[in-house]
Amino acid sequence: MASTPKVADIGTDYGQRYGFHDPEEYFMRTPKGLSHEVVEAISRLKKEPEWMREFRHKALDVFLAKPMPTWGDTAMLSEINFDDITYYVRATEKQETSWEDVPENVKRTFDRLGIPEAERKFLAGVSAQYESEVVYHSVKEELTKQGVIFLDMDSGLREHEDLVRKHFATVIPAADNKFSALNSAVWSGGSFIYVPKNTEVAIPLQAYFRINAERMGQFERTLIIADEGAKVHYIEGCTAPVYSTNSLHSAVVELIAMKGARIRYTTIQNWSNNIYNLVTKRAVAWEDAVVEWVDGNIGSKLTMKYPAVILRGERAHGEVLSIAFAGPGQHQDAGAKMTHLAPNTTSKITSKSISKGTGRASYRGLVKVRKGAHGCKTSVQCDALLIGDAARTDTYPTMEIAEDQVRIEHEARVSKIGDEQLFYLRSRGLKDDQARLMIVNGFIEPFVKELPMEYAVELNRLIELEMEGSVG
Amino acid sequence: MSHTAKPVFSCTDVHVWIAEKEVVKGVDLAVSAGEIHAIMGPNGSGKSTLANALMGHPAYTLEGAVALAGEDVTLLSPDEKARKGMFLAFQYPVAVPGVTVASFLRAAVSAVRGTEVPVREFRKELLGRMEELEMDPAFAGRYLNDGFSGGEKKRLEILQLLMLKPRFALLDETDSGLDIDALKVVSAGINAAASQEVGMVLVTHYQRLLNYVRPHVVHVFMNGRIVRTGGPDLALELEERGYDWLEPAAAAGGV
Repeated sequence: MASTPKVADIGTDYGQRYGFHDPEEYFMRTPKGLSHEVVEAISRLKKEPEWMREFRHKALDVFLAKPMPTWGDTAMLSEINFDDITYYVRATEKQETSWEDVPENVKRTFDRLGIPEAERKFLAGVSAQYESEVVYHSVKEELTKQGVIFLDMDSGLREHEDLVRKHFATVIPAADNKFSALNSAVWSGGSFIYVPKNTEVAIPLQAYFRINAERMGQFERTLIIADEGAKVHYIEGCTAPVYSTNSLHSAVVELIAMKGARIRYTTIQNWSNNIYNLVTKRAVAWEDAVVEWVDGNIGSKLTMKYPAVILRGERAHGEVLSIAFAGPGQHQDAGAKMTHLAPNTTSKITSKSISKGTGRASYRGLVKVRKGAHGCKTSVQCDALLIGDAARTDTYPTMEIAEDQVRIEHEARVSKIGDEQLFYLRSRGLKDDQARLMIVNGFIEPFVKELPMEYAVELNRLIELEMEGSVG
Repeated sequence: MSHTAKPVFSCTDVHVWIAEKEVVKGVDLAVSAGEIHAIMGPNGSGKSTLANALMGHPAYTLEGAVALAGEDVTLLSPDEKARKGMFLAFQYPVAVPGVTVASFLRAAVSAVRGTEVPVREFRKELLGRMEELEMDPAFAGRYLNDGFSGGEKKRLEILQLLMLKPRFALLDETDSGLDIDALKVVSAGINAAASQEVGMVLVTHYQRLLNYVRPHVVHVFMNGRIVRTGGPDLALELEERGYDWLEPAAAAGGV
């Protein structure tokens, strides 16, 4: 073999690749650690209504009372030191309305992330979250004309309090799990979207997220409501710079698809490999509604994420299409949850994972069919690709079926990059690493082809970086 | 054809082992540019093993010397050999799901030519070659060998031969599994390559390909050795008499 195996080195130069960061200049930050004082400070600074302030304090009590999960990667989870995290940091004093007004250092960060100004042409509205606040936010006139609301969550609460109050935490209550409770107590930023009845948002709505302060958690909160017959595609993409200590990202994303509505939520996350990414994502789909989660997880130290769809109305359809890339030392514990509450609802889960070096990818899924939800169909497909002898994959599929008249398909496959495939590609002049990359890119193609062009390019570039030096 | 020309490919005293078993037991070949050799032999004689080992298949151990245009390539990896102008058309091409024929071929052509081929130029060349091989343009967008019929796979191998323009090509059982129309198209492709000065070795079990591609030299391969070498007439003789009459020669260890 021409190249020397360097599996152990992967990720050590992550700093050079992604780890650019600006000196921290902050308008306001809370002291490290979590307390009712911190929660109070956040709520006051945001000038929130009383009900939200109370919601936060109650959530904190729930968080403090709840034990850590006893499943998943409990060893890694136990390493999180909640007292060593800053729960709120505000990057700039006010919201920016145009690109030109965005501070230079923030702009530089976006440039390095490959979010050039040219990209605005693609975007209907950009809501780029830098630290815990949204600094750049522009919504095209057309959206406004259509009556579409696309704001950061804080502005959403200020400007559309009734709408927020009606739906906030209805899909994911604070007490759902320890990390949703944490998010509920200290949330900041995220997106708030409302699409009126029978309105179709033609261009994907996008937001960029970024963590840029050491030991700082990011707790964004997103709520998307598609009213009856509405249609919207939201895209979330993340890249984080490198720091020596662990950071926590714990988001809550709630989707509500009313009768006949359609929501697609696309994520590409590329956290640096010191980040705990513990996210709760759940949707409710009413009659004839369709919800699709397209979820790509690269990087992070530990990801625990199981996008869910609660199929509440008849003929609703839920779909999760995900890929996870677990590099050395990383654990991607990802999956999906489908809850069939109404008859003739359908769901589809397609999970693809790649484990490299000592990386570990787990699929954890739950499909539930309630008694009386007859005529449901569900299919689950898990494909795992292992690179190297130390790579690991596990599958934890759970099915709770309380109804007889249902159709269930489950398929799981584990594969390695085949010697015959490699020989074939190499006999055509492709170097070993090039051939491996081609096979891996082929493996994730069913996912990539669902992405808008610029994201597909970005994802392929990330996979290429992750695959570098993976010979052997 | 000048037989004094410096061979574009040669191998000397090549032995091949699969694990502890010696499958190829000393083979010499010398092929000039534009020259077509046929290696014919019964199933299980080791001729596919020879072809794969010459290309550098990692499962085989090869001893002896292999040279491309006078340069020793014995120890080179398959991709290095390919970039120096060697090609193997596979008997059983492997599927690579998710990778389109077009993107694979563009990567391969760029690797072999040592320069990135512009998309537009590449596309024009690809579609032209596909037309020669009577392939639907939609073929370029399909995933590499994924769900291909036997005939489609073989056509794709010949398409690669024409696109990569090697100096020397080994074609392993390229005629197997083809109907008569496909056989004609594939043969035309092989003849086109020969006319572009590619030196070729056709490894085949049957002589029916040789109705359309006229070899300059025919070798009979049995029990890991070349037991007889002759002109095109030897293929016809094999067609008529089978391989049994050569058994004594094979047992004796060649001509």
